[in-house]
Amino acid sequence: MSHTPSPGIITPKLKANTIVNMIKKGIRSSGRGLTDYRPIDVVVGYVQNADGSALVRLGNTVVVAGVKLEVGSPYPDTPNEGALIVNAEFMPAASPTFEPGPPDENAIELARVIDRALRELKAIDMSKLAIVPGRRVWIIYVDIYVLDHDGNLVDASSIATLSALLNTTLPKVEVDESGNVRVEKNIRMSPLPINHKVVTVTVAKVENVLFIDPDLDEEGVIETKLVIAVSDDSRIAGIQKSGSGGLTEAEILAALDIALKTGVSLIKTIESRVLEPTLGLSTNTLGQ
Amino acid sequence: MQSQEAQRILVVPGEVVVEGDYKILTPSYVIRIDRKYIATIVGLAQIDNESKEIGVIPLEGCYIPQLEDIVIGYVVDAGLTSWELDIRAPFTATLYAVDFLGRPINPAREDLSKYLASGDTVLAKVEVFDRNRGPVVTTKGKGLGKIVRGTIVEISPVKVARVIGRKGSMHQLLASETGCEVTVARNGRILISCPNRELEDILVMAILKIEREAHIPGLTDRVKEFIIREKVRRGLIGGETKTD
Amino acid sequence: MEKPRLIREDGLRHDGRRPDELRPVRISIGVLNKASGSALVEYGGTKVLAAVHGPREISQRHILLPDRAIIRCRYHMLSFSTHERKSPAPSRREIELSKVVRESLEPVVISEVFPRTAIDVFVEVINADGGTRTAAVTAASLALADAGIPMRDLVVAIAVGKVSGTLVLDIDEAEDMYGEADMPVAVAPSIGLITLLQLNGVLSREEFSEALKLALKGASQIYEKSREALRDRYMKVKVEE
Repeated sequence: MSHTPSPGIITPKLKANTIVNMIKKGIRSSGRGLTDYRPIDVVVGYVQNADGSALVRLGNTVVVAGVKLEVGSPYPDTPNEGALIVNAEFMPAASPTFEPGPPDENAIELARVIDRALRELKAIDMSKLAIVPGRRVWIIYVDIYVLDHDGNLVDASSIATLSALLNTTLPKVEVDESGNVRVEKNIRMSPLPINHKVVTVTVAKVENVLFIDPDLDEEGVIETKLVIAVSDDSRIAGIQKSGSGGLTEAEILAALDIALKTGVSLIKTIESRVLEPTLGLSTNTLGQ
Repeated sequence: MQSQEAQRILVVPGEVVVEGDYKILTPSYVIRIDRKYIATIVGLAQIDNESKEIGVIPLEGCYIPQLEDIVIGYVVDAGLTSWELDIRAPFTATLYAVDFLGRPINPAREDLSKYLASGDTVLAKVEVFDRNRGPVVTTKGKGLGKIVRGTIVEISPVKVARVIGRKGSMHQLLASETGCEVTVARNGRILISCPNRELEDILVMAILKIEREAHIPGLTDRVKEFIIREKVRRGLIGGETKTD
Repeated sequence: MEKPRLIREDGLRHDGRRPDELRPVRISIGVLNKASGSALVEYGGTKVLAAVHGPREISQRHILLPDRAIIRCRYHMLSFSTHERKSPAPSRREIELSKVVRESLEPVVISEVFPRTAIDVFVEVINADGGTRTAAVTAASLALADAGIPMRDLVVAIAVGKVSGTLVLDIDEAEDMYGEADMPVAVAPSIGLITLLQLNGVLSREEFSEALKLALKGASQIYEKSREALRDRYMKVKVEE
């Protein structure tokens, strides 16, 4: 059963007032503007045993996403297509408010929002992922782990997911006469076929002011947020209002315009980090 | 001059009751946005354009304790130094043993359930109620204490005001027409004690009629006619049944 | 389910509706005896029951809040409500929808009136034919009103979809399954607040604005029906003679 959450970590009223007043003036504690992201670091290939991976740092929020490819049976309604399964876990290491156990509603919501955006946009070309049509296909498992929580877990996770998918390569497979599939994990054939790139842009609202990429302190004062999935061709690939408040029609349209503008440039940033990993921090953003 | 009842308007949450500048008499049930006064509940709005006052009487809802309310509680638990009472509020009420017994008790030697056990009924008054703790009730006062005889009729707590009536008129009517003792508690429990079973039946039916028709004008007259008609029908008094 | 022709040659939908036409909406309030409030809402073949208990004290005291009531919400589908039997175990979809339905109600419930209590909202999908979460929001808001819980406004919800390139109001299951987009919207019309917004599918910026307008238009019709249903409970009480 879903219930009104406790504040978790109480933000002192004085601090909350300061944050709100600054946002209303268009400035934020870190010096950035209302439509600026925090600095983004992407390290692709962070996990050698994954078929694709990325460690993403968004400000002080750290998320690792990994892709594992397995050979499996297709869904009955899409016999000649691969399948996608997205899961997210908020690790107890990431915050004193996270507890071990099965994913809670926030983790489930996050995973499903990212899953839907990829699925509805047909971001991955599933038709190229059949190995033995009708019988054996690639199942793509995207697992997202939040390692350090300083706000805006959805966007950090979506950046990590896109980066990990762009980093994923298909291993060599051999199919014998009786249709058995043998995978050669050590021989990489081609990148995962990608049709479209997509990221989420989270627009937060406090007292009629809209701003993006809330950090944890800011999340403590916002009324609600709109998570907007933006495709590389400037379409809206999903929306999720999340949080206990509401928005007016005008606020929603304004949030969309902010998201579309920000999302497209965010995708470009990610592409450059993934294609030229040296631009990101080369080895280890954890503990550096 | 129109009667008070005629000026009542049935409203639902979100309904703009009136625009302008008014004093809100029922803060939980009316909110102001700009110059609009919006009802927050299914109820009867009363607008007084002379005194510029607005209020909404709820037609649905639970009992919310207020200081000095007379309530009827059912004992749900006997603790070491107090009882827990179900008073149909979102919170159970506490009745301290020292209040009920009029003396301190030693929990090591005395078992409170000897005096009031789970299932017992108590007539009490709300003594303390604030946002930080549940209500505390007292049995100090005339007629308060453990209830040992009579019947309890339960109605929706928001309809209690209609059973009492303006200046107690409905309450008086019910008591005088049936000859029963009627104690109306604010939490929608009504203790009745009647001379005979027939009169008790009539009184219960009359109370439930008030609950059902609380929002329809002309209630007092209808209830009076109803009681007389039932008494005639059951041969308790002579005379013709009034027909329309 | 076979894929029907979603938009026919005459421009009407597979079930004969115009693009901006709702299915028949039926609303019954106070359908349960023991709940503090209840409502049964039907959008065409979709049938959803909502029950409210409370405000009440609960045993899990650590989740209570000192300055307001918490809202607890469970969106739940009966196992036989769908074409394929739904396992009784809570699905990830149900967990997410419990959250978004609760969050659609939070902005209107005046929870400060009942500190340290819980208001419980149980939504039971009895038959699913598209739009179960939107019918759930409408039913839950009416059940809260029936329970006498103060609210800034009623919340009503409706979905807009895109099928065969056309934006349509109140999509049913076939349109959801074979359409390109499903966008549930919940709104508190009197206070002008949108309290639930999801988009499952891909829309351009222009399509989105149009879809939102269409949803708000549909919502205002459901809002009127909801208010009428709440009033009717009292207007239709006959004086016994």
